[in-house]
Amino acid sequence: MSVRRSAATAWRVLAQLRRDPRTLAMILVVPPVLMLLLRYAFDSSALLFQHVAPILIAIFPFVLMFVITSVAMLRERTTGTLERLLSMPIAKLDLLVGYGLAFAAVAIVQVALVVAFVLGPLGVTIAGSVFVLALFAVLDALLGMALGLCLSALARTEFQAVQLLPAVVFPQLLVCGLFAPRAQMAGVLQGLADVFPLTYAVDGVTRAAASTGWTGSLRLDLAVVALCIPVALGLGALTLQRRTG
Amino acid sequence: MGAVTVAERTLPTGWGIIHRMVNSVEVEGLEVIRGRRHVLSDLSLTVTAGTVTGLLGPSGSGKSTLIRAIVGVQKIAAGSVRVLGLPAGAAALRHDVGYLTQEPSVYRDLTVRENLRYFAALLGVGAARVDQVIADVSLGDHAGQRVDRLSGGQQSRVSLATAMLGEPRVLVLDEPTVGLDPLLREELWTLFHRLGAAGVTLLISSHVMEEATRCQRLLLLRDGRLLADDTPEALLRSTGQADMDAAFLALVRAAGSVA
Ligand SMILES: Nc1ncnc2c1ncn2[C@@H]1O[C@H](COP(=O)(O)OP(=O)(O)OP(=O)(O)O)[C@@H](O)[C@H]1O
Ligand SMILES: [Mg+2]
Repeated sequence: MSVRRSAATAWRVLAQLRRDPRTLAMILVVPPVLMLLLRYAFDSSALLFQHVAPILIAIFPFVLMFVITSVAMLRERTTGTLERLLSMPIAKLDLLVGYGLAFAAVAIVQVALVVAFVLGPLGVTIAGSVFVLALFAVLDALLGMALGLCLSALARTEFQAVQLLPAVVFPQLLVCGLFAPRAQMAGVLQGLADVFPLTYAVDGVTRAAASTGWTGSLRLDLAVVALCIPVALGLGALTLQRRTG
Repeated sequence: MGAVTVAERTLPTGWGIIHRMVNSVEVEGLEVIRGRRHVLSDLSLTVTAGTVTGLLGPSGSGKSTLIRAIVGVQKIAAGSVRVLGLPAGAAALRHDVGYLTQEPSVYRDLTVRENLRYFAALLGVGAARVDQVIADVSLGDHAGQRVDRLSGGQQSRVSLATAMLGEPRVLVLDEPTVGLDPLLREELWTLFHRLGAAGVTLLISSHVMEEATRCQRLLLLRDGRLLADDTPEALLRSTGQADMDAAFLALVRAAGSVA
């Protein structure tokens, strides 16, 4: 591990993002716009919006980061820069941590914007702490990033990378409790939900929004989400093979 | 650090010392299978330290595959590849081996200087060296330009500058002069020879036979086998031809008639 190499990588990834204003706009503007859309979709049931808004604060950053990082990593593979990096003195973990740092910085801005927008102009009130809500949202974004980095190894083309979204993210979305309460689902699906990291992310924001105080379940949610990030990054490191066919 | 380790590890007894120290690259019985094709079969060769060695052969003959094996990014089925006395791809070699991929492998959305600054940070070299390599590949006027706004030949020179950045002791270049005009080719070959004279080992692939005459030694590859390993003059003499194209054809025909 080298701080210098991780930091240089983070700086390089941020420089690339700065050169790509459309992607940057997508990261920062899309979540608030979707929230606005949803606010009017639930126009007649403000209470329901109150309930789903925190969940969506967790999900939008997760999904966006997943897509962006899986494509970014795929690009490193297909343009040969990954092969070059792996022939140079940089540890695989330096590279992944570099990505992590860069996207963490972006995620913090992204989450700050969407949380401010939802709690401000959209008038959602939460019983719990804004800070804990935002913390969960940033961790969710990082979880999406780590899964994207790790699973991008499954894709050979950008088309395939985009297909990872329905294959990997949609199942987690469907059973996480956003569409139907988990307690009413078939047993198999509840079991699935229990092993999907997004479930804990969604539970975490819901609890954080509902009440103040660090309950045991909130701690568990936080621990699971926080642990899944290094695990996914570690798996990602395994997918970076120095030698390929 | 690299120099000391390598010297220490390559100090066994007797003839081995001299043998190891003059060869920067030693390939023995190398076998590479890509997909289902035997791309390299029982390939053995050496590259002498401090020389400019050309790797020639028709398209698909396995030049890039051999280069990847020497850099240590190619899975191999059998045989051994040693660079500076260490197994190819060893962590200790990553400072000592510079690698130019056939396709430019730099960040297209960054400028020339941003690319080099990043790779410089990984290698631990300073900004002065960055400016130096940019000048070496004649891109001084384009240092602030995004790579995807450069011409193809300019892009491959950015990639070449990156390969040279860490002042490696072994430079493995996959078609560094493809698509360049005669003037630039001349400049780069002069640079390669200057590096060679300074003790750097260069292995340079090309399928332009005309460039072969600029090398001190030639490795001729065909269908994953070594067809010849000699100086350009000796190859011309032994085949009785006037130019490298004709010499290569003669060698291919001779190999065909034996088989
Ligand atoms: N990624 C790959 N997967 C499977 N086979 C490959 C791959 N890359 C190359 N090959 C095969 O390996 C053989 C040698 O390819 P290689 O790229 O080493 O040739 P080359 O001599 O560098 O050719 P060129 O001069 O066109 O660059 C070819 O027959 C090619 O079909
Ligand atoms: Mg090639």
